[in-house]
Amino acid sequence: MDIDFTADERAFREEVRAWLRDHLPSEFAARIAQGKRLSKEHQVQWMRTLNRQGWLAPGWPVEFGGTGWTDVQKHIFDEECFAAGAPKVSSFGLKMVAPVIMKFGTDEQKAHFLPRILTCDDWWCQGYSEPGAGSDLSSLKTRAVRDGDHYVVNGQKTWTTLAHFADWMFCLVRTDPEARQQRGISFLLIDMQTPGITVRPIITLDGEHEVNEVFFDNVRVPVANLVGEENQGWTCAKYLLTHERTSIGGIAHNKALLNRLKQIASEERRDGRPLIDDPLFRVQIAEVEMQLIAAEISSLRTLAAVRDGGVPGAESSFLKIRGTEIRQAITWLISKAVGPYAMPFIEDELGYGTEPLLYTDYSSAATYQYLDARKASIYGGANEIQKNIIAKMILEL
Amino acid sequence: MDFKLTEEQLMLQETAGRLVRDVYGFEQREQYRQSTHGFSVPFMQQLGDLGLCAVPFAEAYGGYAGSGVDNMLIMTELGRGLCLEPYLHSVIFAGGLIAQLGSEAQKARLLPQVADASLQLAVAVDEPQGHYQLHDVQTLAEPVDGGWKLNGRKSVIIGGQSAGLILVSARTSEGARDENGISLFLLDPQACGVQRRVFDTVDGRKACDLFLEDVFVASAALLGEPGQALPALRYQQGRAIAAQCAEAIGSMEAACALTLDYLKTRQQFGQPIGKFQALQHRMVDMRIELDQAASMTLYAACVTDQADSDERRRVLAAAKFIVSRASRFVADQGIQLHGGIGLTWEYMLSHHAKHLLMVARQFGDDDHHLQAYAKLMPAA
Repeated sequence: MDIDFTADERAFREEVRAWLRDHLPSEFAARIAQGKRLSKEHQVQWMRTLNRQGWLAPGWPVEFGGTGWTDVQKHIFDEECFAAGAPKVSSFGLKMVAPVIMKFGTDEQKAHFLPRILTCDDWWCQGYSEPGAGSDLSSLKTRAVRDGDHYVVNGQKTWTTLAHFADWMFCLVRTDPEARQQRGISFLLIDMQTPGITVRPIITLDGEHEVNEVFFDNVRVPVANLVGEENQGWTCAKYLLTHERTSIGGIAHNKALLNRLKQIASEERRDGRPLIDDPLFRVQIAEVEMQLIAAEISSLRTLAAVRDGGVPGAESSFLKIRGTEIRQAITWLISKAVGPYAMPFIEDELGYGTEPLLYTDYSSAATYQYLDARKASIYGGANEIQKNIIAKMILEL
Repeated sequence: MDFKLTEEQLMLQETAGRLVRDVYGFEQREQYRQSTHGFSVPFMQQLGDLGLCAVPFAEAYGGYAGSGVDNMLIMTELGRGLCLEPYLHSVIFAGGLIAQLGSEAQKARLLPQVADASLQLAVAVDEPQGHYQLHDVQTLAEPVDGGWKLNGRKSVIIGGQSAGLILVSARTSEGARDENGISLFLLDPQACGVQRRVFDTVDGRKACDLFLEDVFVASAALLGEPGQALPALRYQQGRAIAAQCAEAIGSMEAACALTLDYLKTRQQFGQPIGKFQALQHRMVDMRIELDQAASMTLYAACVTDQADSDERRRVLAAAKFIVSRASRFVADQGIQLHGGIGLTWEYMLSHHAKHLLMVARQFGDDDHHLQAYAKLMPAA
């Protein structure tokens, strides 16, 4: 039992830190630290920088372009990236569809799609949720009917993150309406340029256009784009859900947010002294920091268990629940820390605006980040669904 | 970074667990609790005979030079059985104080006896006005010919009723709440002028308050330099905290297991109550709290024997805070999910609940450690 990082692991941290210092544009770092929006172009630019270093896909097997790092190294890499203010890499291609293609895809699919994910030539989105199928995902109704060498897809997806940027969608469709719910589902890869696809924005409570509705009207998808067997799509969907769930606790992200909170609370004043020295505010930071330490150790324990015995199961649900609660607690304190300047909602300051700041760079997105964090306990299986999973899989209730 | 136990540690865990299972049924525990000492003297002796009491001590004093993780493993098993023996207070806390402060002669005489369980110790550091502040010492020790004269009152000394010696903090100089001037003495509770008021604790242990009136202790009974005991008291209380967290984990695991079992067997509305989602989610919340507390306990076990530092203090404060909060949650919700049966004396759950509720009442409560952590919190 040893809680400390080894000398090699510490050296690795230094290597990552030095590389980030040299390669991460300070403009990106500043925007990320302030919780502001980043354009797709900037995200792609950053992902290509990582790819040139060979660090874009730490979770992939080496044969496909992974790094061969240990889980602890991946955790360190995550931590350093967030601490430096590096943009988050989009996970739909790298962490979601790629593992499914590697596990269930044909050789042609692997050869075509995987390299294009690394080079960012394809931007992916996830076609899971529907108006009538949220937490109860397997009740989805989007139909795919075989017609020669094609499936003809009709229906609607919703909450589709970044569909307006996407070149491809991995999509759950119903191929056998007679079969019991989870049986008749297939996993299709759909080119977003195909005729019959309409993408409509959904503006969220933070004023952001991130998610969309996607409509399918007689969309013809080559049968070659089926992953796995027809009607076995639920197996792919489940595999995707358990893969790379160890980072779902968002430890590295939360650590960066907490650090930001402390910086802001050191700048802000109350009763003539830094807010961070106000006893009541200080204990609130202290409490969430202690919770974060506990969550981090739990996360590392889960990583170690994965290393010693395969894919994490329902244990990652613990991490997701606690991690998202902590993120919401920290972002709420960030909003609280800027006092009444939590109220102004100035789109210009959140995007790439040029107007003079109303107050400070850190206050612009103070509440925006909290609102954004509300989604974390809903997506990827709402926290209540995670509790159902734990109740069933671990407690056997 | 590695969370695996060694072969030896797995054996230690297994040995401790089996010992507890063998002799700590509900009825047996009730008998031990009602006995004169308030615990099983033969079981304590067994812990000594099998070397478990020797684990934390240096080999020179008959010990095994065990680690914080070794202590954690033992304490977790003792907590699972809700054992009443004063292992934590005698072996970890008092033993640690002697090992840190004692002269060569004191260590050579006392530690082997603690290690083989022939001598039981207790620690008297709290006072009525102290409220967990170790430096708030009003018990006075005045120098007299050949030794010291003690006057004052010490509070809620777990195991003090049966201890062969009690380690007592007393002020030898400086004013109230000064961090200097606190000394530690080995007190023979049979000495003239010592009165013990013995009582049961909520969680089934025996303890006492100590009333000292012109009690003479010889010079040889002083542990360490006069007036310099506070750093050692704080350091060793940190070790006691790490051990107490582990004990709480064992108790929480047992309480969660009992509750889960009950959810699966108790039938209402024609089905096991564990089929109801409101109850399932509460049970999951208990397990999450337990999981987070277990993580902090591990962390505490890894730092507890390191040299004193802000970092060590911070981790121990965080562990105590997280474990105290989790303990209360598991106790409360364990009772709630059981319904009426959770409130009965005849069922083990209520005893775990009482133990878990009292975790925060020793060595500083959650507020105490929240404040301590806030003081030590690193800047951005």
